[in-house]
Amino acid sequence: MAELVYFSSASGNTQRFIERLGLPAQRLPLSDAEPLPIIRKPYVLISPTYADGEGRGAVHKQVIRFLNVAANRELLRGVIASGNRNFGAFFAHAGTVISAKCGCPCLYKFELAGTQSDVERVRQGLEKFWKQQH
Amino acid sequence: MTQTPVARAVNWNRLQDEKDLEIWNRLTANFWLPEKVPLSNDIPSWATLTAAEQQLTIRVFTGLTLLDTIQNTIGAPALMPDATTPHEEAVLTNIAFMEAVHARSYSSVFSTLCRTAEVDDAFRWSEENEHLQAKSRLVLEEYRAASHPLKKKVASVFLESFLFYSGFYLPMHWSSRAKLTNTADLIRLIIRDEAVHGYYIGYKFQRGFEVLSEAERQEIKDFAFALLFDLYDLETKYTQDLYDPIGLSEDVKQFLHYNANKALMNLGFEGLFPESICQVNPAIMASLSPNADENHDFFSGSGSSYVIGKAVATEDEDWDF
Repeated sequence: MAELVYFSSASGNTQRFIERLGLPAQRLPLSDAEPLPIIRKPYVLISPTYADGEGRGAVHKQVIRFLNVAANRELLRGVIASGNRNFGAFFAHAGTVISAKCGCPCLYKFELAGTQSDVERVRQGLEKFWKQQH
Repeated sequence: MTQTPVARAVNWNRLQDEKDLEIWNRLTANFWLPEKVPLSNDIPSWATLTAAEQQLTIRVFTGLTLLDTIQNTIGAPALMPDATTPHEEAVLTNIAFMEAVHARSYSSVFSTLCRTAEVDDAFRWSEENEHLQAKSRLVLEEYRAASHPLKKKVASVFLESFLFYSGFYLPMHWSSRAKLTNTADLIRLIIRDEAVHGYYIGYKFQRGFEVLSEAERQEIKDFAFALLFDLYDLETKYTQDLYDPIGLSEDVKQFLHYNANKALMNLGFEGLFPESICQVNPAIMASLSPNADENHDFFSGSGSSYVIGKAVATEDEDWDF
């Protein structure tokens, strides 16, 4: 099983999703003063969305900082994004942006802390996804 | 003798909570006014609604106006004395003002589409409708100065993230039938704002909640669920009053359950309503996000080929590749 890397701000929605997912996952630091984790294995990134009404600023600066490291981008296999459907076409837009910037697939989008179905679909989806990667 | 406290200027270069600036930036970037939306293009479409459908629409919008008015003049200001940072107070003034813009927007819709007498009737109706008045009373009761700061926030999040949705349903329904599409554009701007308001107030709730003792936490949580049940009870009655005549009540209720769960998530709690009764009509979901790629589960696609996003504009200078 490969890794999950995720960002969750102090609102804790993504953190709660990760806890219910029950898979090993590394959290990116909240502040840019803290060191980034060292990634050695292929991983899927889970990122919330912070876009305004035009889709700007969708990806948190800490996630960008992490992806600016070329070695981290090389191991990135896919992205899962969260958001709020109230944002319409820009719902979970971080997934779209990261997918395009890093040339990796956007695997799933969910709202806030996710529903039980979201948790199950991501768990099963990741299992299938990693099998195909090997 | 009590001393007057030192007057303090807000310094945005010294933040105690990064979230305040994040939300300030998001809210100010999202600022809009109803004049931005060409509502008059909906005049021909308005004429295709039956008299009963027109009356329903005016009443629904009047009910929404009432909630926005409460949030503008009482709800958001009531949270200010409890603010833990000066920046939070500033964000709350923005929230209060945007609620005034929302309330004002419905009047723009009315003046564009409706006759004055019909609108006056609806405003009278809003003062006489027992369910609308009862839910307003429940929320206002918690906004009193003496109320616990976290109870005020709970009431505020329920108003922002739950109570609006019995009303938002209708313009999304009309839009899914290619009716009142410009009005729906305006409502979507409101829906977007309310998401940020509910998220931010819910976030501040969580900060206050986590420092409470276990017993206090339990009390606040019990209060939140009890208030949600009371509001839900009134919302179902209000919904039936309005939507039974056009046979949409059951569909609206699915939307209410779905949004009640999101309100609870904003507070950091788990959803209450099982997913089996949160099955929002796909036409309503599509109407919430027009032009969106509605497939958000790429895992269940063909399997071997996942779509990679097309190039999107990322003006953010932080990316360095």
